[in-house]
Amino acid sequence: MWSAILSPDFFSTILRSTTPILFATLASSIASKSGITNMALEGIMLFSALFGVIFSSLTSSAWMGLIITMVIGGLIGLILAFFVLNLKTDEILAAIAINLTATGGTVLIMVAFSGDRGVSSSIKSISAPEVVIPLVKDIPFLGEVLSGQNILTWIAIIAVILLHLFLYKTPLGLAIRAVGENKDAAESVGISSRKIQYIALVLSGVLASMGGFFLSGGYMNMFTKDMSGGRGFIALAAASMGGNTPVGSLLVSLLFGIAQAFANIMQLTSMIPYEIVLMVPYLATLVGLAIFYYGQKKKKERLSGK
Amino acid sequence: MNDQTVLQMNHIMKIYGNGVVANEDVSLELRKSEIHALLGENGAGKSTLMKVLFGIEAPDQGEIILKGNPVSIKSPQDAISKGIGMVHQHFMLVPSLTVAENIILGVAPKKGLFIDMDKAVEAASSIAKEYNFDIDVKQKVEDIPVGIKQKVEILKALYRGAEILILDEPTAVLTPQETDELFVQLLKLREKGHTIIFISHKLDEIKKICNRATIMRNGKSMGTYEVENITTQEMSRLMVGHEVSLQFEKEEQKLTDEVFLKVRNLTINNSQGVMKVDNLSFDLKGGEILGIAGVEGNGQTELIDTLTGLNKKYKGEILVKGKDIQNSSVKDIREMKLAHIPEDRMTSGCAKDLSIQENLFSNQYKDGKFSGRFMMKKKAIEKRSDELIKEYIIKCKSRKQNVGMLSGGNIQKVIVAREFSTQPDIIIANQPTRGIDVGAAAFIRKRLLEFRDAGCAVILISADLTEIFALSDRLAVMYKGKFAGFFTDVEKVTEDELGQHMLGIKRDDVLEGVTYD
Repeated sequence: MWSAILSPDFFSTILRSTTPILFATLASSIASKSGITNMALEGIMLFSALFGVIFSSLTSSAWMGLIITMVIGGLIGLILAFFVLNLKTDEILAAIAINLTATGGTVLIMVAFSGDRGVSSSIKSISAPEVVIPLVKDIPFLGEVLSGQNILTWIAIIAVILLHLFLYKTPLGLAIRAVGENKDAAESVGISSRKIQYIALVLSGVLASMGGFFLSGGYMNMFTKDMSGGRGFIALAAASMGGNTPVGSLLVSLLFGIAQAFANIMQLTSMIPYEIVLMVPYLATLVGLAIFYYGQKKKKERLSGK
Repeated sequence: MNDQTVLQMNHIMKIYGNGVVANEDVSLELRKSEIHALLGENGAGKSTLMKVLFGIEAPDQGEIILKGNPVSIKSPQDAISKGIGMVHQHFMLVPSLTVAENIILGVAPKKGLFIDMDKAVEAASSIAKEYNFDIDVKQKVEDIPVGIKQKVEILKALYRGAEILILDEPTAVLTPQETDELFVQLLKLREKGHTIIFISHKLDEIKKICNRATIMRNGKSMGTYEVENITTQEMSRLMVGHEVSLQFEKEEQKLTDEVFLKVRNLTINNSQGVMKVDNLSFDLKGGEILGIAGVEGNGQTELIDTLTGLNKKYKGEILVKGKDIQNSSVKDIREMKLAHIPEDRMTSGCAKDLSIQENLFSNQYKDGKFSGRFMMKKKAIEKRSDELIKEYIIKCKSRKQNVGMLSGGNIQKVIVAREFSTQPDIIIANQPTRGIDVGAAAFIRKRLLEFRDAGCAVILISADLTEIFALSDRLAVMYKGKFAGFFTDVEKVTEDELGQHMLGIKRDDVLEGVTYD
């Protein structure tokens, strides 16, 4: 097992497993920064995974498929925002509705397109390309890890930087943070909190949809039923642990990527039953949350003067 | 009108949806380079008047004239653009942002797509320098003390071009040193030609820095005075005086021998560690009403929360009928026959989405009369509800109507009916008639007297001095967590005297008759 862990393959798997969670975690972060919990990430990812397959097949282009999927993701974010901000629906209930619609809706649409209710293998989808980096690919070990990753993995990392600049360096980012932290303060200087939260939720939907697209067009090459596998929910935990910052999101997502990569290796090498191995990422979430919030509680107690 | 006049509010009338007349024909005139005090008790209508000026509330009648031109101010943004700034009591700051970021929020200087942070810092520090505010604008707001936060709020308003600055009880949260510092700054602002509206009920502060004062009472203006031509005594009389006295038939007092409530050396700190009740001792016997007067925020809320068991963090001793309540739950205390009419009927008095019947029984649903082993006794409850509705003249469609649908007076009657129906020995009534109609108020007052005559011990906290005078057998005035005055012969107390104690002008060190030892 140790040889498997020290192999470049393992590190490459970490990056691959991190990618969808990272997108979702960034999506959760930006929504939370504006003061809204976007629990619909799971549903958005699931829809996006399916639409990615369908539209890349229909347009015969991975890029067109990705762009259309991002638009749809943004639209779902818009729908969520409409329910929460205009109709004053409870944000959790609205999200549950979207998630349930995604679970049933994706199967329905898949049956309509492929006649199959489990996997979409009959649809000829096109995955996003892998990036072979010249020179780097010849470096032993590191080359094997970095070169040959899916382009979306790199886009995710670039997204971390862009989102950081957006949130901390632009007026709109400042407004998002102000609204999320003290709505009254923002409103008192003429910032429309509704407009800001609309923007944040649409961006959140777009980011989540990129994670969903990667699942069926990078991580795997087809759509399978319920393939988001709780990543949208793990992302909520991850974003919270990362302090809802882009850089924090990257670090915590990497931890979950490592947990996922371990699960993958254990499936191949260990004697532990397959079902238990599959639990690893979710257990990691639980343990991570416990440790994180215990630390937070201690810190609070210390600050409030015992 | 004066050539120095910058703003006039003429004959402002504001009636809220629930029928409360918050401002009745109030006029205010502000001049350039003045600090103008707006003085009045809580609920006198100061805040409403300022909300009208700052565009948060629209007046029902009246006009606002800014530099000679009639204007309508539709929103806070509108007010800001017309040069009116407001520093709220609760700061409107974003804690994780820096001082500079808070100042430029919403009007950030840009460089391409990004915020020009250098320029923002420079702008913020230059305005701080211009007005002699010593602030490091790169600090995060969460790391700075309250006094500085307030300065940031003032700078925020100045950065947006405020010429008229409304300060809502600015010294309420400050230490004496911070207050002095604020005053130096305010005087500088005045020198530079700004107009400052200083909302307060601290007379010594008004004497210290204000030019003129407009005094409000019960939604009306009691006039505007040159501060140097009016004494604090006169101000306090204008502020707390009452128009009509209430007449009640009070029976001869029959005190019980037993002390029902005994409080010794009670000290309470609030969650921020500020001392709200300071070494307070008193006794209460059955058959008397102890009135507690005082400007809001002088420890009354903390005292009541502690007596009723809602707050458990205190030092000292509280004995209810001889039993220490340190380890008693609210339920235990209620079982000692203590009833509580809470200050805020909507948040802690009732469950507004439950029916009248359900509210009436929320303190006794476990009683054997109304509940069996598993199920509540529907018939008994319904019968009793109808009786109570009739007895307390609660105007409603049926006992099944939600409490939230009733008028304020009837909601209060539901709460009073619930509390009184358990035949209490001790009643703690906190603002029992605030904001309700005259009829309901008279009914509740009469009931309180009936309970007193029947040998019940009553604590009455009220902002309505007429009520306090009419009902109390003994009268305490709370100021900064202590009794600043205590009177055993209520009829001899003058309003003047009471007002001076309430505002801390007069503070008695030796209090007679507080305890029965």
